Amino acid sequence: MDLSFTDEERAFREEARRFFRTEIPQSIRDKVAEGEGLTRDDMITSQRILNARGWATVNWPVQWGGQDWSPVQIYLYQDEMQQANVPTPIGFNVTMVGPVIAQFGNDAQKRQFLPKTANADIFWCQGFSEPGSGSDLASLRTRAERKGDTYVINGQKIWTTLAQYADWIFCLVRTDPAAKKQEGISFILVDMKTPGITARPIVTIDGGREVNEVFFDNVEVPAENLVGQENKGWDYAKFLLGNERTGIARVGASKAKVARIKELASMERVGDTPLIDNPRFREKLAAVEVELKALEMTQLRVVADERKREKGRPNPASSILKLKGSAIQQQLTELVMEVVGPYALPYQRDFDGRNEATIGPDYATEAAPMYFNYRKVSIYGGSNEIQRNIVAKAILGL
Amino acid sequence: MDFDLTDEQRLLKDSVERLIADHYTFVQRKKYLAEPAGWSAAVWNQYAELGLLGLPFEEKLGGFGGGAVETMIVMEAFGHGLVLEPYFATVILGGGLLRRAGSDALRAALVPRIITGKLQLAFAHVERQSRYDLADVATSARKDADSYVLDGAKSVVLHGDCADTLLVTARVAGGRRDRGGVGLFLVDADAAGVTRRGYPTQDGLRAAEVSLAGVRVAADAVLSDNALPAIEHVVDEAIAALCAEAVGTMQAMHETTLEYLKTRQQFGRPIGSFQVLQHRSVDMLVALEQARSMAMFAAVMAAEENAAERRRAIAAAKVQIGRSGKHIGQEAIQLHGGIGMTMEYKVGHYFKRMTMIDMLFGDADAHLATLARLGGLFGNTKAA
Repeated sequence: MDLSFTDEERAFREEARRFFRTEIPQSIRDKVAEGEGLTRDDMITSQRILNARGWATVNWPVQWGGQDWSPVQIYLYQDEMQQANVPTPIGFNVTMVGPVIAQFGNDAQKRQFLPKTANADIFWCQGFSEPGSGSDLASLRTRAERKGDTYVINGQKIWTTLAQYADWIFCLVRTDPAAKKQEGISFILVDMKTPGITARPIVTIDGGREVNEVFFDNVEVPAENLVGQENKGWDYAKFLLGNERTGIARVGASKAKVARIKELASMERVGDTPLIDNPRFREKLAAVEVELKALEMTQLRVVADERKREKGRPNPASSILKLKGSAIQQQLTELVMEVVGPYALPYQRDFDGRNEATIGPDYATEAAPMYFNYRKVSIYGGSNEIQRNIVAKAILGL
Repeated sequence: MDFDLTDEQRLLKDSVERLIADHYTFVQRKKYLAEPAGWSAAVWNQYAELGLLGLPFEEKLGGFGGGAVETMIVMEAFGHGLVLEPYFATVILGGGLLRRAGSDALRAALVPRIITGKLQLAFAHVERQSRYDLADVATSARKDADSYVLDGAKSVVLHGDCADTLLVTARVAGGRRDRGGVGLFLVDADAAGVTRRGYPTQDGLRAAEVSLAGVRVAADAVLSDNALPAIEHVVDEAIAALCAEAVGTMQAMHETTLEYLKTRQQFGRPIGSFQVLQHRSVDMLVALEQARSMAMFAAVMAAEENAAERRRAIAAAKVQIGRSGKHIGQEAIQLHGGIGMTMEYKVGHYFKRMTMIDMLFGDADAHLATLARLGGLFGNTKAA
């Protein structure tokens, strides 16, 4: 058992660190550090810089822009990216629809979509969940009826992140209502400009508008936008959801958060003592750091194990990473609240375009919104409850 | 040992609950939020008519003469309804300071106007550097003949934006964190030198930053030149009130979640039929009942004159409320899934209010440290 990185791996980490901390605009990285929302432009700018170096889609097949990296290199790349507060490439593009098209799409679809998807020339969103189909995603009812060369789609999707930024949406739709639920689903690509599509923002409890409802009213989609085979969409969805879970432990991002908490706790004083010197606070933070280290080690073991696994098959251990990763992310938002104290109370989300001075310290403004917003991480991408079911079934055989 | 309410208390509880049921549905609350002050003047008048604004004040001034249990009853109903009006700031904090630090003359002048709904108060005490230390006051009060002149800045003044009159602390003597020398002054919100910047808080209520530049306070507006002991007692009573409000808030989250578990279907069955969720629902109930018990304990101990004993009890109650509130709030959102994350649905609003209650006058961890420092609750050999 050798846990040391090789010289090449260490050099690779150094280069990744240098690249992320020098090539991505500081203004964008500062926004990520402070928990401020990124604009559409921010996300596209960052992704195009990465893509110019071939570093936006490292997990893709090499011929479509992927890197021939070992799982350790991919891990180091993600870790340095997150620690540098560089925005992760657009997940819907890079970890979701891109790999699905690369794996199951035909040549025309690969040519038409993959380069533009990598370069964020197309901004994707995900049409999966519905009001009646959350955890039970396979029960989805949005209907796609084949009529000649067209599918006509009717229904509603919900929790569609950043639909308001998106150019295209990839959807799971029901093509065979008579079949068993998992066997009547197809995976289809839809231009958001197609007549009949309406996106309506949902305001979340932090005051943000990152998710939407998307309504489909007789939306006509060319049949050639179907990915793979009709009624095989659930297989492609499982493949996608497995990919969605792998990067989701956010170890590097949590490391960056710990550093930020220490910085803020040096600035906040309780009486005359900086909060960082308060033994109780330090012990609480140390306890989370232990959990984070354990998660990092577990992630490295999963990464090392990837070398031996059949490529493309989701690893149920990623559910463990998601369970623990979510809990740690949430605990850290609670610690930020504690550091900030009374100035967490003022609500300062500036949606009216007013340009007013901050109330209290700058670092306090996002403390409560982030705490509220992050309640989602144990719900999205497969809730904690679903993840436990997966582990119970796939690992424990219960 | 009697936990039952008296007939009069039961009547009070029924009438407040009816008021909330009639005037404070989630839909009605949304309308009140949109009003300029962020709360309903019409409902404030309803509180006046029901005698709620006079609840803790002496009967000879037109009040109800109620104690901490009466306050607990009203605050729990307010928590359940998620009310927006400045009751806590005016009646509990402001009223408490008038009762414990104000002269008879001052109370005679102000209390009748509070009771009829004509006067709102706010307590301007917390400062940028003070966090939860009630003794930490940098705002200065310079004596000038019979008056004082105040200079400084106050932070997160609850309902400070709409208050007619501010109760302001400023240091008359001593170092910034000394227990002696904290003065308490009555300041007209429109007085020369007072600047207010109002804003919403995360839970939909309102607060203000208040700055004081050469604000002159006449002798008859000085409540005390050594107000900290009275302030500490008022804050303990206020925390007990917040504990009760929190119980109402937690009760609502628990009820809403239970209803959701019974009605939401996934995988062909109500999700409440899954044993894991049943157990977690039970855990929420246990947390709620522990919190309710501690809110009652706080109400009983709020009037305790032995400050150390009172402090331990109130600190313990605030810890329990903070812990239970966080648990129930987080579980309520989790068990609702996506809709728990939306502004459109009520559970998120309760969660946000509960989070803010936890932060007010010290979070659970701050009070745990206090309780530990004071020797805890059981088996103490140290004298109080």
